[in-house]
Amino acid sequence: MDLNDTPEQAEYRARVRAWLEEHRDEAPPDRPPDGDEDAYLAARRAWQGKLAEAGLAGVVWPKEVGGQGLGPIEQVTVNQEISAAGVPGILDVIGVGMLGPTIIAHGSDEQKARYLGPMLHADEVWCQLFSEPAAGSDLAGIQSRAKLGEDGSWTLNGQKVWTTNAHFASYGLLLARTDPDVPKHKGLTMFVVPMDAPGVTVRGLRQISGEAEFNEVFFDDVRLDADAVVGGVGNGWGTALTTLMYERLTIGLGSEGLGYSAERFTQPIAADPEARGNAEVRKRLGELGADFIALRFTGYRTLTALASGQIPGPESALAKVTTVNAAVAGTDLIADVIGPEALDESSEWAYAISFLPGLKSAGGTEEILRNTVGERVLGLPPEPRLDKGIPFSELRAKEREATA
Amino acid sequence: MNLSLSDEQELLREAARGALSRHETVSAARDALEGAALPDLWPMAVEAGWPGLLVGEERGGAALAPFDAMLVMVECGRVLAGVPLLGHLPAAWLLDRGGWDGVEAVASGERRAAIVPAQPPGDLDPGWTWDPERGKARVPAGGETAHWVVDAPGADVLVVVGADGAVSVVEGATVQAVTRYDATRGLGHVTLDGAGTPLDVSAQDAASAWYLAQALLAAESVGAVETCLEMAVQYAKERFTFGRAIGSYQAVKHQLVEVLRLLENSRSLLYYAGWAGESGPDELPLAASAARSVAGRALDAATRINISVHGGIGATWEHDAPLFFRRAQLSRRLVGGTGGATDRVAGELLAAA
Repeated sequence: MDLNDTPEQAEYRARVRAWLEEHRDEAPPDRPPDGDEDAYLAARRAWQGKLAEAGLAGVVWPKEVGGQGLGPIEQVTVNQEISAAGVPGILDVIGVGMLGPTIIAHGSDEQKARYLGPMLHADEVWCQLFSEPAAGSDLAGIQSRAKLGEDGSWTLNGQKVWTTNAHFASYGLLLARTDPDVPKHKGLTMFVVPMDAPGVTVRGLRQISGEAEFNEVFFDDVRLDADAVVGGVGNGWGTALTTLMYERLTIGLGSEGLGYSAERFTQPIAADPEARGNAEVRKRLGELGADFIALRFTGYRTLTALASGQIPGPESALAKVTTVNAAVAGTDLIADVIGPEALDESSEWAYAISFLPGLKSAGGTEEILRNTVGERVLGLPPEPRLDKGIPFSELRAKEREATA
Repeated sequence: MNLSLSDEQELLREAARGALSRHETVSAARDALEGAALPDLWPMAVEAGWPGLLVGEERGGAALAPFDAMLVMVECGRVLAGVPLLGHLPAAWLLDRGGWDGVEAVASGERRAAIVPAQPPGDLDPGWTWDPERGKARVPAGGETAHWVVDAPGADVLVVVGADGAVSVVEGATVQAVTRYDATRGLGHVTLDGAGTPLDVSAQDAASAWYLAQALLAAESVGAVETCLEMAVQYAKERFTFGRAIGSYQAVKHQLVEVLRLLENSRSLLYYAGWAGESGPDELPLAASAARSVAGRALDAATRINISVHGGIGATWEHDAPLFFRRAQLSRRLVGGTGGATDRVAGELLAAA
């Protein structure tokens, strides 16, 4: 058991650290200053461009598409050093971390040549257009519909939701139904959608905190060329699974990337002599603190598996469950200790308290994650399903009948 | 970064599982509740070299690391084996640190040792503590009785941690053997008359022995959780209600996944404790306490859920599930208790803040 870098890893870390040291002053501030959102985003784009030129973005992308061709250990090294340097990381985590790898795996040579470079340098930011108001956990139940015209182009109608970064994204990777007359997983196709195409409307979606970090996106007769298809017509589900695998990986390696740690929840209690001597406070802090420490080592275990060529399985989903629940326990404890001041809308605690209920569903609801792990890891049988083998159009008709 | 087990560690674990599989330890646990003698597993432990795992090679030990000992404890925990390592290993480690004369016999297992531990000072409590009645907060000193000392009955050498972390060696102490709820666990009340020989170790060593015991108990708990989860999952696949396996119901499935989640968190913390035990002594108090805390929670959940997934049959005398439940109930109260470990996690975090 060795928590240290190998000599090669140590050398890589030193190079990353040296570059960050030298260019730290060029980094934009981490939090948006009040007001000028556009200027902030421009600065974050420029910073991602610099990181990309230095080889600190797309670390695991293959060299032939502009990446570094390195492994997840190096990616985590970069994440750690960026965090330690106190500078922001890349702006387009979803594009570079999840959508780019999907295009690399399933896209045509033309798509790779056209999209990956600008994505890596944040000249074009991307968004993920998968979830819909009526299809989240049951993603294959999406209803956005792309119809093939006689000229080979597609016409897209429908609505997506929970779309991070859509308000400044250049492109979206969109899952649409192209054949409703086959079972639901089979009639899906993945598309590249230019966000400035006529018929695309983006609306901010305000959350509990009042801030709008997500969007709803509407598509009204949006025309897409034949070459917008990624991974082949009717293969959308397989293509989407690649994205979801990278999503799991991003979440699995990033529990501390969300900003929650044992240390963060300890600080306000340490500052309060009465609280730090209170048995109940200590019990709660000890339990959630131990959970966060466990997560750190679960991350190391995931890295160990990756380094030996294994792909992390659905069990890394459990790390997300622990993260969210420990963070909920932590914010609840802090609010008990600090009192109503913790609920001041401008405080970090009020923000976290508002953010966490939604995080319970983000990236897979807790219930779905527990189903997936129960079935794939423990080998328990699935619940009986009423949608197997039934054409999607028929299924929808049944659903309408049942709720009529 | 590499947390994978070495080939030697894989071998150690497989050998432990193999050796233990030749004994009917689980049914022996039930028979012992009705007064039967437990099988003597010490000769097996001696043959496997476990007594000297943490003793230096020049003194006849294997000079392995805490994590290796924890791997053995996981295997013992899996089958409820009453091998008195929890008391012996920290004691043998201290005797080796202190250059005690008779350590070779302890390393070989010819003589058995047990630690009478005390909890090191924390952020709120400057004293070494362990309560005589409840197993917590005793002010350790000679001339009194130490209660609930793990593996004390039958031990030839007692390593007693006293006030200020001073350690002494006591041979021939009076030990009153007690059985409490889990008959696999050797327990005793030890009368200390102050006639020990000082052992030349630091208070830091005495503290490490306490945390080593926490880590070993965490590892043993992880083993029991593994077995409970396997039992419950197996049953959930075989037992049918309303035309389908009960494991297909989310109400059952999610509980089993919760056990897996707690188990995986516990396993992660075993790595942390193992790493700290070998390479990060400053972090050992936090790492070992966190492992004990989370593994204790996992043990409670796993043993209860195992019973409830089995339904009524799981709560009967003939079933194995209650034996693991008994193990959990006692383990969670020994050596400072799961609650004490959780409090220590908070204390370490607060002290570092």
